[in-house]
Amino acid sequence: MSGTITNILLVGVGGQGILLASEILSETFMLAGFDVKKSEIHGMSQRGGSVVSHVRYGKEVFSPIIPEGDGDILFGFEMLETCRSLPLLKKGASVIANDLCIPPPAVLSGQEQYPDGLADKIGSRFPDFLLVDGLKLATEAGNPRAANTVLLGAVSKRLDIPERYWMEALEKMVPPKAFEVNRKAFQAGRSQ
Amino acid sequence: MKEILSGNEAIARGAFEAGVRVASAYPGTPSTEILENIIRYEEIDASWAPNEKVALEVGIGASFGGARALVAMKHVGVNVAADPLFTLSYTGVNGGLVLVTADDPEMHSSQNEQDNRNYAKFAKVPMLEPSDSRECKEFTRLAFEISEQFDTPVMLRTTTRISHSKSIVDFTEPVHDLPEPRLVRNAAKLVMLPGNARVRHPLVEERINKLSAFGSTLEINRMELRSTDIGIITAGVSYQYVREVLPDASTLKLGMVHPLPFALIREFAAKVKKLYVVEELDPFIEEQVRGAGIPAIGKDILPLCGELTPAILRKAFAKEGVVGANLVFAQGQSQELPLPSRPPNMCPGCPHRGVFYALNQLKAYVTGDIGCYTLGFMPPLSAMDTCVCMGASIGNATGVVKVVSAEERQKVVAVIGDSTFLHTGIAGLMDMVYSNAPATLVILDNRITAMTGRQDNPASGFTLMDEPAHQIDIPQLCRVLGVKTVRTIDPYDLETTKRTLAEEMARPEPSVIVTDRPCVLVKREGVFEKGPVLTVFEEKCTGCRACLKIGCPAIAWKPAEGNKGKAYIDYQLCTGCDVCRQLCKFGAIGRMK
Repeated sequence: MSGTITNILLVGVGGQGILLASEILSETFMLAGFDVKKSEIHGMSQRGGSVVSHVRYGKEVFSPIIPEGDGDILFGFEMLETCRSLPLLKKGASVIANDLCIPPPAVLSGQEQYPDGLADKIGSRFPDFLLVDGLKLATEAGNPRAANTVLLGAVSKRLDIPERYWMEALEKMVPPKAFEVNRKAFQAGRSQ
Repeated sequence: MKEILSGNEAIARGAFEAGVRVASAYPGTPSTEILENIIRYEEIDASWAPNEKVALEVGIGASFGGARALVAMKHVGVNVAADPLFTLSYTGVNGGLVLVTADDPEMHSSQNEQDNRNYAKFAKVPMLEPSDSRECKEFTRLAFEISEQFDTPVMLRTTTRISHSKSIVDFTEPVHDLPEPRLVRNAAKLVMLPGNARVRHPLVEERINKLSAFGSTLEINRMELRSTDIGIITAGVSYQYVREVLPDASTLKLGMVHPLPFALIREFAAKVKKLYVVEELDPFIEEQVRGAGIPAIGKDILPLCGELTPAILRKAFAKEGVVGANLVFAQGQSQELPLPSRPPNMCPGCPHRGVFYALNQLKAYVTGDIGCYTLGFMPPLSAMDTCVCMGASIGNATGVVKVVSAEERQKVVAVIGDSTFLHTGIAGLMDMVYSNAPATLVILDNRITAMTGRQDNPASGFTLMDEPAHQIDIPQLCRVLGVKTVRTIDPYDLETTKRTLAEEMARPEPSVIVTDRPCVLVKREGVFEKGPVLTVFEEKCTGCRACLKIGCPAIAWKPAEGNKGKAYIDYQLCTGCDVCRQLCKFGAIGRMK
């Protein structure tokens, strides 16, 4: 099955907008005519904990969760969480990560340190690694809050889905007045 | 028309298509979004009940009145609703009644992982179990038909992976021409006195036998013959994992997991060389299959605890010697780096934080309860000693003070949120007063059911439909129950909070402290308002780390050379609650200039 199914993991910290990003992905795949499943855990994780969302598409998708080690693309919203999810990927997977560090409680309190050199460690294991300064590119596109859309644009380049479906999904999922800024942010990410 | 829906959204859609008139629930992960989505359909009268027992009783009333009713709750909620459920099995229904139980294998957001399929067997009612969102919608519709055809409540069981996963759903037209609700008297059926109940019980037994036979012809119990080397009986999300990992195996996919369709199971067993049962948690299907004399393998190779995953199935079946392309265990990269964990935390500005800091300082023995404040257990607050179930904190405190020494009694404090207090805490407080138990109760009133995502409750002053409602006066309610000392405090005022707690802990009779600050996530206008954002004046900060002891995500430690460092406040996260400022003895925290 795994040859015909594309497995995308979205990871980050509760409150970062991961659920909306995974909804836009899923909507795009449905519009492009694929079967889609997505799964994540709500509840406790929303209180600043780690969040992992699974999105899978293909001709027919069974399991809503990605089998461990079958991940094709890791879409990381935060560096530490990106690293935490590397074991879920297959060899040769693509990693697109937002260059952002959100310190967890033990780091905030000074008991532990936020690990150094995470980007190098990811890059050495996954040659197809793209580090994106989502905040900077989103600010240039007109709104720092569209950082997730920049990343989505960068992810879109790894997937063989016509651009019009991405635009259609964006238009459906973001408020009308925010569409233009999100369209620009998406393009900024897509050209990375 | 088709849309990508979560299981919960699909159940809401199914309820609409089935012509449901009344929906009632108490919020609980992973069931909450069913009612939150049902309000899209204005034909349905949807409301939050104070607890699951009331929710089911409201549903039963609507059914007796002739309407279709849907009631939803998380798995442990059915424990609360079990009393009406078991007798409802005897009375049967008038309009169809469906009880959704959303189970939580792996305990993503729960205190236990009970398998509620056992309730269907225990209460002798049918249970359907969907395996994706499309089935969530279809099975909800079907459940109402079965309910009316067999005069029985029907349980619909989901798990977290079904409720919170999304997949594509096709919409269909709602049913029409359902009879208009009206009063119909049928005391012999609906008044469950012993004389009447004795007549009803044999009918319940007969019903379950008929349902088992019906199940063998039911489309949703589906035999899918592929290779006959192995056959797998499965249901729910486990079916998806089986299809993923063992695409060549024959499957008997059960849509109705109680009662089991034994005729169909025998037919399937006869067609395959080796029979397995793949199910999460209890060997519910397996034990019954084996009990019927059909050899099957299940929990011999699969875990009793936690969720199943494709990886668990891969390992188990590879070990069994089953071969297949998808059984090759993918070489996941091992984790080389030790990474700091990221547990959930109270939000910046959470009104619970100061209370738990004070309880920690006072070395209180805290009987806890279910809600965001259960996070008071986490370091650095570390101020919770027990947590059992909704409402338990108060009875637990009463029990503890009954047995420990007079000196230790003074340490005992129960904590409970507003919603949990109204859910099942009131009776506990009544007993605390009735027993004159000298414990202290802190009601953490943040005016919302916060943990499940900000649902209204009878103390919030609004309904699920966002309409104004009578707002329960919690301090007044406590006084009516006989509590002589009820004190309301501002939990952002640390000194008063600590002093009041110390005074009430010393009081040799029951007393109540109500904290009066809203949840910072409440979006309704005029409820929560941000205060002036705070900052650390670096020149005054001595690096004593006192402000870090409240574990606020907005405060961080900035290390410097020679084991020294200073605190700093993230102005984007700070809500201006002012608690950290009160902890700083050096005046190093103040308003941003």
